Amino acid sequence: MNLSGSSKKPSEHWSQDLYTVLRNADIRHMSYVPDAGHTALIRLLSDDSEVITNVLTTEEEGVAIATGAWLGGVRSVLLTQSSGVGNCVNMLSLVVQSRTPLLMLVTMRGEWNEFNPWQVPMGQATQTVLEAIGVIVYRADTAEDLLDIADQAATMAFDSDGQVAVLISQRLLGKKKW
Amino acid sequence: MVAAEGARLVMDRRAAVAKLLDARNDALVVSGLGSPSYDVYAHGDNDANYYLWGAMGGAALTGLGLAQAQPDKRVMVITGDGEMLMAFGSLPTIAVAAPLNLDIIVLDNHHYGETGMQKSHTGMGIDFSKIAMATGFADSGVLYNLCEVDTLCETLNSVSAGPRLYVLKVEAKNLQRALPPRDAVFIKNRFRSHLGFQPG
Repeated sequence: MNLSGSSKKPSEHWSQDLYTVLRNADIRHMSYVPDAGHTALIRLLSDDSEVITNVLTTEEEGVAIATGAWLGGVRSVLLTQSSGVGNCVNMLSLVVQSRTPLLMLVTMRGEWNEFNPWQVPMGQATQTVLEAIGVIVYRADTAEDLLDIADQAATMAFDSDGQVAVLISQRLLGKKKW
Repeated sequence: MVAAEGARLVMDRRAAVAKLLDARNDALVVSGLGSPSYDVYAHGDNDANYYLWGAMGGAALTGLGLAQAQPDKRVMVITGDGEMLMAFGSLPTIAVAAPLNLDIIVLDNHHYGETGMQKSHTGMGIDFSKIAMATGFADSGVLYNLCEVDTLCETLNSVSAGPRLYVLKVEAKNLQRALPPRDAVFIKNRFRSHLGFQPG
């Protein structure tokens, strides 16, 4: 399916703009566990010689790494899938308790047109879990919203000491192709 | 083997940490929750110390982020075997990131000292030094006495080809607690101010 009429996957259109938003917010550090929805953004940030990137074995590592980066004066972003949010919960106490800026971009599964039932429990729990530990949650349902939300979420995180997650809806991401 | 290893746990952890901190120069220090944070604080408070009181499994990775943000400073993580066991996946993550300025000190007493001295995996054959080398750390070793720590201090102040991890086998004994500040915001702001950043 190709709604845009170009050969690019839908995510590649907004990923370039999202990359620009993040770089304009002076983010120079990124950690990730791969997700299909983040593919283009991971590539753009990894190809940027001014951005340090870390591939993680589990998402909670990224919370601690972002804490260290901030202690050292560098803004970091954590890219994860909704299932990875569940792996982060206790480590989020580190940023919540120390009011350390954290920006997470979360690609959602298990909430829209999902074909894999194993994704549903954590996908349905993602927002609740984040809010329960004290993370501010925003949701983006369109590419246009995503850019605005990511831009202000970076301000909320790095200028207002916020622990912030932006959920990128599965409706926006589209159905996973096999 | 396990019993023989246990018999060799004689090093005084506070004395070992004191040697490491005496030789820190301008190193930034991150300490893991429980006894390692007490050990570091017991030697004297320092604006360049970041004490963890929780977030178990986060010490080495906080050190990684800090090392990447401050490539011209040496970062020393001082943590325990239990805390490091919870951060098992951090070893490949750190090895792949390959910072030149990150050293991890594991104070290994083979037990969870904070919770009643239950045995940990390290007393049952799990060797962090071998694991670190298998993942690609630049150097590693197991130390049993304070003379070896003196030599380690020299190593730590030498240029490294990548991340290093050293296991210090220490006596399994709960010492008088020395409690660092528990206000995480205060510690954060003080640490950042030390590096010249605005609070916040």
